[in-house]
Amino acid sequence: MVREGLFTDADPPALLGSRCRSCRAYHFPRHDTCPYCAAAEPEATELSRRGTLWAWTAVTAPPPGYEGDTPYGMGVVELPEGIRVITRLTESDPAQLVAGQAMALQVVRLHADAEGNDVVTFAFAPTGAP
Amino acid sequence: MSEVVVSGVGMHPFGRFDGVSTTDLGVAAVRAALAEAGVGQGGFQAAFCATAYGGVATGHKVLSRLGMTGMPIVDVEAGCASGGAALMLAAGAIRSGQYDTVLVFGTEKMPRGIIRSSFFEPWQEAAGLAATPAFFGLRAQRLAMTSGVTKAHLAQVVVKNRRHGVANPDAMYQKEVAAAEVLASRVVCEPLHLFMLCSPNEGAAAVVLTADTGPPPSNGSPIRLAAAVLRSHLPGAVLSESTPLSGLTDDTVPSPTTLAARAAFEEAGLGPDDLQVVECQDTDAARELLSYEEIGLCGAGGSAALLESGNTALGGRLPVNPSGGLLSKGEPLGASALGQVVELVRQLRGQCGSRQVEGARTALSHTVGRGANAGVVILTR
Repeated sequence: MVREGLFTDADPPALLGSRCRSCRAYHFPRHDTCPYCAAAEPEATELSRRGTLWAWTAVTAPPPGYEGDTPYGMGVVELPEGIRVITRLTESDPAQLVAGQAMALQVVRLHADAEGNDVVTFAFAPTGAP
Repeated sequence: MSEVVVSGVGMHPFGRFDGVSTTDLGVAAVRAALAEAGVGQGGFQAAFCATAYGGVATGHKVLSRLGMTGMPIVDVEAGCASGGAALMLAAGAIRSGQYDTVLVFGTEKMPRGIIRSSFFEPWQEAAGLAATPAFFGLRAQRLAMTSGVTKAHLAQVVVKNRRHGVANPDAMYQKEVAAAEVLASRVVCEPLHLFMLCSPNEGAAAVVLTADTGPPPSNGSPIRLAAAVLRSHLPGAVLSESTPLSGLTDDTVPSPTTLAARAAFEEAGLGPDDLQVVECQDTDAARELLSYEEIGLCGAGGSAALLESGNTALGGRLPVNPSGGLLSKGEPLGASALGQVVELVRQLRGQCGSRQVEGARTALSHTVGRGANAGVVILTR
């Protein structure tokens, strides 16, 4: 896992977020202080596994510090909790995607670490034809 | 409260200069600005040095070379708005009466290629989420949805700025490009092609600020610093330059640029209609158009129409980036905002030759970048 505490590796997986006890806004990743109203200790929550596509592109050359394959999709998915999440997308051809289409969370492989173990992260995948 | 005037400006051209150090670049710009202001050793009481990649005590290294130390020398980092931040600190100190004369300069040598930023955590890099051009691409796509901006518009911004840059000897690219060439360059992150992105590079710029109490400068009418404002982001906008991992489904959160522009117009007692020339952040072609909307040069959704009108090209009602912008000059982070200010001071003095905006009396500079930080400076004569 690329970093502990971002998502569950259950099947299906879920993003680990938090929700402010005061202003009720949701956060991703988990915060210990609400960025919107500065209230302490938001409650931990799992976020919806499904959302809709709000923006998307593809990265065509490896950015600094990245050891995985290119091109890869990157975008923003809107969740029913009223938040938009920056995420990898399983689709790396922008022409295959449309605004508002249904997306679902997956765990995807990035690269192998020094011991040969797969390093994985979260990504959203289209759930059907656009 | 003292009024603040610009008594001297200087630049080292922006480009790639192998064998020339960050210190060398800074020395060239500072020497030129001090000479123009007629300021020598002991002639300024503080110095602010804008740099993001310069390292420890960049400002001290420059001023040590010039034999001008002993006063406070403070390095300032605020991403692409570092120069605006340094200028704000200097202007505030002069207005408060703390100093009469302050040197502000920026100097930078950027690494080549996609900028590696310590802003991102290692896991974000490993996950591929530290891809800076992808955030630009996502923002450009949203602008296409909300403002009808097409790839043809993005290419038009590049053509305009590169045409302006032909007449700027301080620019990295002094050659026109055709829209077809822009659209034929490789796609970096849809909808952005390579020629729609500015090149991180090297350069320096310097400005001497003085309390407006002395005799008028020998180099023409004084240029007044009417506002120098820096603002950071409010949380909630997922594609803000603060580069969060999530935001709210709320499109009413004002951007740092809007916050800075509103405050700068209020400080100067002016509005967008009072401007005759603008230098704005054009890290990528879409960023220039978004800047039109966020600064208030047009209404929300009006950037494509404003570009199409031709009014933001030289010869139009409100030329934007007559220097050629970052798309022609390249972007050395710490020097980019002060490079804009140098250009605008020269525009207001009428020193810009074939890229001169005739009769310009009020000018605005805008930078925005990682943090998020947005700087807006208003100059008048």
